[in-house]
Amino acid sequence: MFTSNHTAARRPTARKWLAATAGFAFAVTGAISSAQAQDTIKVGVLHSLSGTMAISETTLKDTVLFMIDEQNKKGGVNGKKLEAVVVDPASNWPLFAEKARELIAKNKVAVVFGCWTSVSRKSVLPVFKELNSILFYPVQYEGEESEYNVFYTGAAPNQQAIPAVDYLMSKDGGSVKRWVLAGTDYVYPRTTNKILEAYLKSKGVKQEDIMINYTPFGHSDWQTIVSDIKKFGSAGKKTAVVSTINGDANVPFYKELGNQGVKATDIPVVAFSVGEEELAGLDTKPLIGHLAAWNYFESIKSPANAEFIKKWQAFTKNPKRTTNDPMEATVIGFNMWVKAVEKVKTTDATKVIDALPGITTPNLTGGTSTMLPNHHITKPVFVGEIKGDGQFDVVWKTKGLVPGDAWTDFLPGSKDLESDWVKLKCGNYNTVTKKCGGQAS
Amino acid sequence: MGKFHDRILALAVAIGLIVSAAGFAHAGPYEDALEKLTTDDYADTADAVTAVATSGNSLAAPLIAALQDGRLQFSAKDKKVFIKTADDKLIDAATGKPADGAVPDDLDTVRVNNRLRGVIDAANGALTLMAPDAAKRYESAQAVFKSRDAAVLPAVEKALEAEKIPRVKKVLTEARAAILLGAEDTTPADKVAAINIIRDRGDQDSLALIEGLPADTPAEVRAAAAAASAKIQRNLALWNTVQNLWYGLSLGSVLLLAAIGLAITFGVMGVINMAHGEMVMLGAYVTYVVQDVIRTSYPGLFDYSLAIALPLAFLFSAAVGIAIERSVIRFLYGRPLETLLATWGISLVLQQAVRVAFGPTNKEVGNPSWMSGAFDLGGILITYNRMWIILFTAIVFAALLAMLRFTRLGLEMRAVTQNRQMAAAVGIRTARIDALTFGLGSGIAGLAGVALSQIDNVSPNLGQGYIIDSFMVVVFGGVGNLWGTLVGALTLGIANKFLEPFAGAVLAKIAILVFIILFIQKRPRGMFALKGRAIEA
Repeated sequence: MFTSNHTAARRPTARKWLAATAGFAFAVTGAISSAQAQDTIKVGVLHSLSGTMAISETTLKDTVLFMIDEQNKKGGVNGKKLEAVVVDPASNWPLFAEKARELIAKNKVAVVFGCWTSVSRKSVLPVFKELNSILFYPVQYEGEESEYNVFYTGAAPNQQAIPAVDYLMSKDGGSVKRWVLAGTDYVYPRTTNKILEAYLKSKGVKQEDIMINYTPFGHSDWQTIVSDIKKFGSAGKKTAVVSTINGDANVPFYKELGNQGVKATDIPVVAFSVGEEELAGLDTKPLIGHLAAWNYFESIKSPANAEFIKKWQAFTKNPKRTTNDPMEATVIGFNMWVKAVEKVKTTDATKVIDALPGITTPNLTGGTSTMLPNHHITKPVFVGEIKGDGQFDVVWKTKGLVPGDAWTDFLPGSKDLESDWVKLKCGNYNTVTKKCGGQAS
Repeated sequence: MGKFHDRILALAVAIGLIVSAAGFAHAGPYEDALEKLTTDDYADTADAVTAVATSGNSLAAPLIAALQDGRLQFSAKDKKVFIKTADDKLIDAATGKPADGAVPDDLDTVRVNNRLRGVIDAANGALTLMAPDAAKRYESAQAVFKSRDAAVLPAVEKALEAEKIPRVKKVLTEARAAILLGAEDTTPADKVAAINIIRDRGDQDSLALIEGLPADTPAEVRAAAAAASAKIQRNLALWNTVQNLWYGLSLGSVLLLAAIGLAITFGVMGVINMAHGEMVMLGAYVTYVVQDVIRTSYPGLFDYSLAIALPLAFLFSAAVGIAIERSVIRFLYGRPLETLLATWGISLVLQQAVRVAFGPTNKEVGNPSWMSGAFDLGGILITYNRMWIILFTAIVFAALLAMLRFTRLGLEMRAVTQNRQMAAAVGIRTARIDALTFGLGSGIAGLAGVALSQIDNVSPNLGQGYIIDSFMVVVFGGVGNLWGTLVGALTLGIANKFLEPFAGAVLAKIAILVFIILFIQKRPRGMFALKGRAIEA
């Protein structure tokens, strides 16, 4: 089921030479392998299985394998079985581009599911454009992007960050008046915090009531920052922390919060990168009541979710294996791709890309998600409180589904931009100058 | 329809109560409140909690405790509330009697959110102000100070009269002052008195309370508040410095613990060991395995898990270290570049091996009870885990120093590293000493892993985060000198923590790095350079 891979050649001349040799080899060993190649549709999986990001991405690799397995049990797609091609970009951003090229050019995959960090996504973009293939990106991200070849099934800022802040400002959320925006120092937290800062100011929050703090990747000594947060929080106004702290640094952060006695009733922390998987490494009893905002929680009761969890745990042969939000995004993306391929009866990238907007598929929380013309999807937004058993208790949700907005309305550079790949055929149409190719901030 | 039906039901329940239990004869505020707990609505639950707490019913305290622990169940159909006891028995919250047989099938837990937890804490504070246990009374008084719910005032006054222990009495007085300060009908003079009491408390919460006065406060009160606030701030600024020192000491001790093993393998032996971080990581995983076994087989031993893990982690990491030395490093002595690459490779192999064996996700390593929480020392908060790690580091450092100084093995180690040929000539088996020295360094890294498992992620990447810092400490302190490592680690830790509040964590780290680069330019051998011919060899 797996195809093992060697590192692709990088220089064009070397590639030509390689292609020529490969072509020759193909001609010799010919008929058998080409017949095999036509039997299956290849699906690329581009997730880090080693290095720092393996902690999060390995699960998504397993999810794609699980979905392929399920689909093949139903007879595959268009009468063909699916075949996974798994590569390991090893948390190394340039290697992502190299491996993407290998998947598309050498293995001829019809679609790629992959990437976690924004920098890895940015590094593979040129490859997908050049070779015209499809990438499904399943992680919540900072927005400010809409590419022809990419489908974003994770949350845009308006599907996670902004609803979460709205909840905290509401009476049930504690009528928060003072905000700490804490994040790891890279593009996702920086952009999200910029958007949130603009949003909070538009809601009348003053500059002195916003504290922004960045920490390096894998930061483990949180003593000073937690005590700063405590100080900032004792100014007599209800304070909350909006955390875009990256996965790995969260465990020491929460441990320090627990030890310094920062309770959720005093200063709640709402996190955008902490899910069931991250909590698995923690004793959550001191953290009860701290929050997370996602489009999916494992604890949500719906028939679709119950069935998914059952099958997933059977597939992984681990009755305790958790599920999380990026997994659901992968599932939605996968099902949308299958539907689109079945609709146009081919895996041709251009036809599938054109067919995808408008495709609907049930999500795991009981609604139906739609692929929008801007290549983002509609999703519900939930706010959950951490429970003692490492799960979340949903305390709030949006009334309906929220359509993903590629360009935020709260930053001056992007509020005039619009993405529409169906009518406008443009990812960054400027509604003021009426031109495609507007400025990304 | 619902309303009428509810009334009938309430009536029925009330009549039932009269008939069955004369003690709870009439449908008072307590019974009304119970009904609100069955609506699965946060606002209703909040009302109910306040009503229950002030109802004076003897079931109020167990009910609120159950709500807090998620043991309160309700049936929406029958409008009944049940308290689940610790041994899983259901008690009817209306009568206090066990609910035999008549348990509805739609039982669900009454849910709480943060706002409710605040309400519950306040209610609990009021309920346990008269508890027989002094520690509990102290906690309740603190909870009331934070919630400053005006409804609790009579209870606080009553408790204040009865209280004998000065420590609790002080907090009660402060809680009373906090309530009076917030209440609208307090006279300005009383408010000023309250501010003075709160000022003497002098912590962040007091500052918050005083700063948070509404704008329409009378001028004399505002003046007192401003003066009190200035005094508290001066006091806090002083403690702030002490706190930064403590944080620096704590960070320094973590750095020292991670670097001390490297000070042996790199500092004493001269092996650039890039797999040092992975030895730390292995130590942390040993802790995880030990805790896992204890959790499943001997749950009573959990508080001793770290003590059990320490020798095992030392032995395991040391064994791995010796295996690496014997199989790879001994062929590469005197070839630093090859050693660097080979040990880097080993570190990747070890990481991936752990990833395959244990999975890529974080593993939960619990803090034993004596390592959780914190205590106040003057104006600073000292967390137990950091305090124990500082102590542990000091012990490891002293033990290592004593070992090198006073044991035969230590003597031989020093002899071999100072002059290999001469040591061999007097009959020391240098190859054996090399292996043991490397094993010792690795074993100490394993010990560090046990300690770091208490404050950091236990994941295959654990070691990577510490390798750069460890090298920085050893190079800065002076290669080949344990005291240099000590001073180096503490200097870097404290400098980092004093920079962090001004520059932020990212810039502080960069600044330290730049400082070390410049320092190395000036003093290539670090702070405490070894002198003499030995170092040139």
